[in-house]
Amino acid sequence: MKYAYYPGCSLRESAREYDDTTRIVLEALGAELVEIPGWTCCGAAAVEAVDRTMAVALPARNLALAGTHIPEADVLAPCSACYLNLLKAARRIDDDHELHRHIAGLLQAEGLELAGPYRVRHLLDVLNNDFADSVTEHVTTPLEGLRIAPYYGCQILRPYAVFDDPEWPRSMEPVITAMGAEIHDWAMGAHCCGASLMVTDKEAALSSVFSILEAAEGADVIATVCPLCQMNLEMYQDEASRLGGRRVHASVLYLPQLMGLAFGFSGQRMQLGKNVALSGTMANMAAGSNRAAAPA
Amino acid sequence: MSTELHDSASARAELDAIADNLRACMQCGTCSASCPNVHFMDFTPRRMWRLMTLGRYDEVLNSKTFWSCSACYTCTLRCPRGLPLTEAVYALKRYAAGNKGKHSAFYRAFLDNVQRNGRVQESTLMARYLAEMRSPSKALGFVPVGLKLLRAGKLHPPGSEYKGVLKPMFDAERNMEDRS
Ligand code: SF4
Ligand code: SF4
Repeated sequence: MKYAYYPGCSLRESAREYDDTTRIVLEALGAELVEIPGWTCCGAAAVEAVDRTMAVALPARNLALAGTHIPEADVLAPCSACYLNLLKAARRIDDDHELHRHIAGLLQAEGLELAGPYRVRHLLDVLNNDFADSVTEHVTTPLEGLRIAPYYGCQILRPYAVFDDPEWPRSMEPVITAMGAEIHDWAMGAHCCGASLMVTDKEAALSSVFSILEAAEGADVIATVCPLCQMNLEMYQDEASRLGGRRVHASVLYLPQLMGLAFGFSGQRMQLGKNVALSGTMANMAAGSNRAAAPA
Repeated sequence: MSTELHDSASARAELDAIADNLRACMQCGTCSASCPNVHFMDFTPRRMWRLMTLGRYDEVLNSKTFWSCSACYTCTLRCPRGLPLTEAVYALKRYAAGNKGKHSAFYRAFLDNVQRNGRVQESTLMARYLAEMRSPSKALGFVPVGLKLLRAGKLHPPGSEYKGVLKPMFDAERNMEDRS
């Protein structure tokens, strides 16, 4: 299966381990990822707050590039904010003829054409619906005894509930079970991590991070599928603890990092060294698999 | 201070359109009960929608209620009237951003960074935003995280590969605006 791959800005900067491990794991599963040539920023959640036209034009440009260079392939985004922006743009230009004409006019400045309909997919959707069966086959070192708290965040299923229930998402559970791990049963999987409020209204974001980390107690690791969720939950643990008045702490890994470990890749290959809050079982696992496996 | 543009006819029309959209609100409070950030707002989302339908825009624009929205879409998902609430928040932010001010500084810095560099550069974005905020305590607040990123090898020197790539598109938009 071939995908037009859109990594997005974060995955080329602070979340490179998410990019690398997504590619490794999907390729191991037999997917072919073709990176969209010349892709640019999708606008994240920030641009819509200042410029509505650009909030559509920026993702539409990437869709047009995908359609030109990798026709017929679904567009795949591992970042939830990128996914939502690409999906929202695809739907808006489909629904609104006037907007479609306007955006097409802007893209013409570069000789690009809109040739939808575009199919936009999130990594979790692809794992669940295109590779559900093959995940089990690729597990060589089951993560036995590991308790994983599946964290979905907001924009992956809201406002568009494309592949799962936006109130009680469960689409990570088959993957977790296939890896041989246990599911941490909790109610915070779809609670917002604060997103970019961490920059503009830090106390509000820290309070959400605190409640999520508190609810994850008892799990060995929180699994994420978005670079902003991962960053907020991992980087601000000290500050959230201070605000909440008690120490909360958790290892926070990207789902493909965990999948890679279950597929037998080394902790080094899965770049566990980039995680700044590893503790307990995850820290041992990182050290253990680093020793056991040949350097990648 | 945040209402400079408030009197211009087109800006007023945009707010009227938002308020019009909200008329079906039955004040059930589901949005407020669902909002993860409600405790950090000056008043609840339910009250914000009521003020909008009453035409008391100033009160809304002078609050930080809509700036404390993290765009989680929970209210939009649960509103029994199916109102596009997160969209309304975005529209309020856009309207107020026209008035500049510190609340929109991050979003403006972000768009500027994209326009120049094609792809967002996390380091130059934060530098520009913190410089604009002129708040040493705010800047210092990000030092621990900056250091963690640095130690984990997650900070990268700004690349220039996509500089100017988006210029044709932004120029085209400006030209279209001028013509309309
Ligand atoms: S949930 Fe909808 S109907 Fe209920 S108060 Fe909020 S906006 Fe109004
Ligand atoms: S979208 Fe904004 S206003 Fe609505 S629930 Fe989320 S944070 Fe609150």
